[in-house]
Amino acid sequence: MTKAGQGSSQSLSPRETRARRARRARALDAALFAACLAALAWIVLRGAQAMGYNWQWFRVPRYLWRIVDGEVILGALIKGLIVTLQISALAMLCAAAFGLVTALLRLSRSPVGRALAYGYIEIARNTPLLLQVLVFYFIIAYILGISRFWAGVLSLAFYEGAFAAEIIRGGVLAVRKGQWEAARSLGLGPFDTYRDVILPQALPLMLPPMAGVLVNLVKHSSIVSAIAIFDLTTEGRTIVADTFMAFEIWLTVAGIYLVITLSLSLAVAGLERRYGFARGH
Amino acid sequence: MTDTPMIAVRSVNKWFGAFHVLKDVDLVVQRGQKVVVCGPSGSGKSTLIRCINRLEEHDEGEIIVDGIRLDESLEHIAAIRREVGMVFQQFNLFPHLTVLENCVLAQVRARKTPRADAEARAMQYLARVRIPEQASKYPGQLSGGQQQRVAIARSLCMEPKVMLFDEPTSALDPEMIKEVLDVMTDLAQSGMTMICVTHEMGFARKVADLMVFMDHGRVVESSPPAEFFAAPRSDRTRQFLDQILSH
Repeated sequence: MTKAGQGSSQSLSPRETRARRARRARALDAALFAACLAALAWIVLRGAQAMGYNWQWFRVPRYLWRIVDGEVILGALIKGLIVTLQISALAMLCAAAFGLVTALLRLSRSPVGRALAYGYIEIARNTPLLLQVLVFYFIIAYILGISRFWAGVLSLAFYEGAFAAEIIRGGVLAVRKGQWEAARSLGLGPFDTYRDVILPQALPLMLPPMAGVLVNLVKHSSIVSAIAIFDLTTEGRTIVADTFMAFEIWLTVAGIYLVITLSLSLAVAGLERRYGFARGH
Repeated sequence: MTDTPMIAVRSVNKWFGAFHVLKDVDLVVQRGQKVVVCGPSGSGKSTLIRCINRLEEHDEGEIIVDGIRLDESLEHIAAIRREVGMVFQQFNLFPHLTVLENCVLAQVRARKTPRADAEARAMQYLARVRIPEQASKYPGQLSGGQQQRVAIARSLCMEPKVMLFDEPTSALDPEMIKEVLDVMTDLAQSGMTMICVTHEMGFARKVADLMVFMDHGRVVESSPPAEFFAAPRSDRTRQFLDQILSH
């Protein structure tokens, strides 16, 4: 056996050659990524320079938070972030509920239920989200007398719920037919069968695409700025209007969204790994 | 009540689209009787027993289980499923639950049995199928033969009056078939009413009170095993037996 790192690659075992090739591919990937980032930064800086842009990064932190006499005072951006997180979290819960009910209706034996679910999914997926937000705010919120915050939450949930429904339906259909038959032959009703047999098996299959919905939801929540909810995007726009620091503020806002969505993706990936192990299948 | 048959299937017809799977099928199973149904694949034998607990719907004719008519009524269907247990070719254990949980779930949910009683009964039946020591494992950690025995225990936990077996050993490696058949033989000797779709003719000879041979959706022959194996009446039966007994 030749030691890795010595001699030509021909004298390495196939396994070592593969490992070395994988390492090289990873290094190349990282280098490419760094090069792209550097190029992007260079373009931005050149553009800013050409415009005679006056960078004022030192003015940004006060919009995040300030510490006065040992007390933390939240800035507008963090306050906006909290609103964004509240809207996203509530909308996710509602979207999951809409999605579950819609998926079960689409899978049900009732033709009316199936038609309703189908109609909802097609309308929600095939009309612009901005339009849905406006309809919820100007029409539905007006009729039901709900606040603009809830109009924002429900419109987002309405939109993402349709995608969640299709993901849940896909997960349920992926569970083998024999599981239904076993449950029925044991006398379990439809409710118990879904809760104890089908959904627990469908959940791990639904997690990866659901992470996508969750990330979309956080990103799409910026659209509620159209109905003057003071979320992260609205706060960013107000600050830019006041200070003309377009580059600094928008880059900061983008950075905050990225931190949230990336941590969500990582959290779901972790959950997925855990679920995958627990299943003795 | 006790002299009515356990299961009465009369002139049952069923179609899958244009395909006529069951043609005027009659079958009467007395209490405590063991019936073995055999026949080539596609002959409708699985469909027949799947109609008995309504996993499939029959289109014509009547099926009466323990005096309850199988029809659209959800109550009747639920009542019949309470009396009829089923074991599948692919086991169909719940992979996300332990062996014990597999046996406990339906008792607690469908029967409202207190958890402690359900667990005690589960352990009792797991002991009866000779795998009490596997109770805390997941189905995926067991061999095929062990999984099928758990499936039998899971069914027995519901204390059914009839057990349906749908090719219970067809998905098993040869060395595991015997352990499952042994459990089924025990069960037969305990007096359970059973309908088994199987090609295990050794088992059939040992436990069957009635042999049923199906072909192309029809019951071609139905007779006691001694007669069935020694002097089959129809050529089709003889041909089939020659093929499966010759190796």
